[in-house]
Amino acid sequence: MLLGPSLTLSAILFTIGLAGVVVRRNAIVLFMCIELMLNAVNLTFVALSQYHGLNGQVMVFFVMTVAAAEAAVGLAIILAIFRHRQSVDLQNINLLRG
Amino acid sequence: MAATGVAAWIWLTIALPFAGFLLNGALAFRRPDAKGLVSLIGPGTVIAAFGVAAAAFLQAAAAPTQEAMLVPLWRWMPAGTLQVDLSLQVDQLSLVMLLVVTGVGSLIHLFSVGYMREDPGYARYFAYLNLFIVFMLVLVLGSNLPTLFIGWEGVGLCSYLLIGFWYADKANADAGKKAFIMNRIGDFGALVAMFICWQALGTLSFPEIAERAPELLTPGGTTVTAITLLLFLGCIGKSAQIPLYTWLPDAMAGPTPVSALIHAATMVTAGVYLVARTNVLFAMAPVSQMVVAGIGALTALFAATIGLRQYDIKRVLAYSTVSQLGYMFLGVGSGAYVAGVFHLVTHAFFKALLFLGSGSVIHAMHHAYHATHAHEDAQDMRNMGGLRRYLPWTFALMGLATLAIAGIPPLSGFFSKDEILAFAFGRAAHDPAWYVFWAMGALAALLTAIYMARLMAMTFLGDNRTGAEERRHLHEASWIMTGPLLVLGILTVVGGVINLPAFIRVGPLHALDRWLEPVMEPAGRFLALETPHGGIEYALIGLAVAIGIVGLVIGYRTTLARPIPVAREAPPERGIWRLLHQKWYVDELYQEFIVNPLVWLSRGLLWRLVDQTLIDRAGVNGSAWLSRRLGWLGSRLQTGEVGVYIVMFLLGAVWILHAVAR
Repeated sequence: MLLGPSLTLSAILFTIGLAGVVVRRNAIVLFMCIELMLNAVNLTFVALSQYHGLNGQVMVFFVMTVAAAEAAVGLAIILAIFRHRQSVDLQNINLLRG
Repeated sequence: MAATGVAAWIWLTIALPFAGFLLNGALAFRRPDAKGLVSLIGPGTVIAAFGVAAAAFLQAAAAPTQEAMLVPLWRWMPAGTLQVDLSLQVDQLSLVMLLVVTGVGSLIHLFSVGYMREDPGYARYFAYLNLFIVFMLVLVLGSNLPTLFIGWEGVGLCSYLLIGFWYADKANADAGKKAFIMNRIGDFGALVAMFICWQALGTLSFPEIAERAPELLTPGGTTVTAITLLLFLGCIGKSAQIPLYTWLPDAMAGPTPVSALIHAATMVTAGVYLVARTNVLFAMAPVSQMVVAGIGALTALFAATIGLRQYDIKRVLAYSTVSQLGYMFLGVGSGAYVAGVFHLVTHAFFKALLFLGSGSVIHAMHHAYHATHAHEDAQDMRNMGGLRRYLPWTFALMGLATLAIAGIPPLSGFFSKDEILAFAFGRAAHDPAWYVFWAMGALAALLTAIYMARLMAMTFLGDNRTGAEERRHLHEASWIMTGPLLVLGILTVVGGVINLPAFIRVGPLHALDRWLEPVMEPAGRFLALETPHGGIEYALIGLAVAIGIVGLVIGYRTTLARPIPVAREAPPERGIWRLLHQKWYVDELYQEFIVNPLVWLSRGLLWRLVDQTLIDRAGVNGSAWLSRRLGWLGSRLQTGEVGVYIVMFLLGAVWILHAVAR
């Protein structure tokens, strides 16, 4: 039931998120895009669970939990970077350049 | 067969001087001034070793055995089929050598007590000298080639240590290095000979070599010729034959008793001993015999010519030693192994006497110059002259040795030298080449008489040239130095008795021949030795005596014909004399054609090109440069920008998905 539209929406959301991650340079926006991708995946889980039992539903809860934890850690890191460099533009953060 | 009686204790002859080496070595570090104790330990241990050797000899003389008595000490190299024992061998030949080494060694140790008394390195000196006796006895007692080789290398080490004994002077240290390096060239040959011997015979022990060689090797074949020629290369180095003889005259930089013991009486004769020891191999290789005899005869003649025009008293004797060693090789090369060993023994007596006598002269000269603070050369014969009035004992005894080396009957040198020349002449009946060798030997005998008469005349006869003030300080040394001279003088006179030729008709004829018969028996099967008999024999003897007398007269007359200027005022040499004085420029030739190209090769090619350019620059620095470049290329991927990483991650993920989906 409505599997096709659900997966299509999920793919669209995921692609928007991915494009955001690749294109945008603001760390906060980047972070939001990642959340978008995670939720696109969640939607896929939910959509497919009607064929494969409740495992997909359960997995969504795990993803949400991890995403929440990740948001906490990630925002803390971004905050620390901002305090240090007065900017969250990822173009300026290239300490790992070889 | 296993050793019995005293022979089983023969290792004591090695252990005693070794204990002396350890004690003297310890004293050299701890109490260098304890000269009394050193004087007791140094000569004492060697005299004790001589006692053991004499006891073993008396036992063997009382009950002669056909086979060698073996004293295996321990298994040294247990490696598969190669089983090498460290074992000693008591037979007739090793007993002769044992007596000569410990006997002459004892006398020279005693002489050194007087000669080196005032040297600060007294204890060190005796430690080295004892160590030399240890290795020399390992050399002559070893019952297989590797054991012999330990001694062979060990005496080389001691020779090096003692030549450079006064190491503060760079020239002495250089002389030591020269001796060591030139010996290494020969040792390479000896080592390869051992490898081939093991390959061909499966054994390195002397009794087994003598047993198996006639069965397994073809007489005159390539293998036996290769083994013997390579062994002889070792002998050339150790016994200072052409072309590796130049180290021996330089070795005179060491103390004079060292020259007497190591560089005249014992170590340098090790090559002759080795040939006599492996007599069966040499007897089976006629080509090698001709090489040995030819090199020996050539060296005898060549070194004698140089001896004609040297002024340093020890250098004359050094070239004389090279020349006499050539005689020994002429003997053993002609197949007359006993004659070679006979000359080895008599030469040990009279040459040790000559060297110790020269030591006595140098000692007196040195003290005279020291007393007047003059800085003249105490070894230059031009500064001597007329010393017979001040050193009568030395003069008389050295005079005897001179007559002996010139081959005047009935002194020892006459018998041994005559025997060698007789065998060379006898061999010529089969191989005409030996006529040339014999003629060279006879000519060398003439030159020997000339340079020895010159040495005696310049040193002891005529007017004294030392200086009016110095003359009053010239005197004979103490009894501890003249005593050994006297004993050697007696041996020089009567030494010939150990192997009297048949024409003497009285006394123990051919004693050494009969004594060494069991050792030389394996070679006898391949050699038909004969000496001339009847008229030719007497003609040869008459010729030898005439040569000796004529040479002595020529040497005496030409030397004292005109006044000799002292060394400081001597005019430069001219013409052929210059050539002889400069030793045929052989050292210069070696420098130009061997040393310099080698230095160039090492510096230009090996150092600059191979080491610096190829290894350092291309190898070490090059690989470092390459990995740095590669690392830099790799680091270009690490932009540090998150976006790039994500794109790459994305591309990778797509690629994996693509691969999995397919």
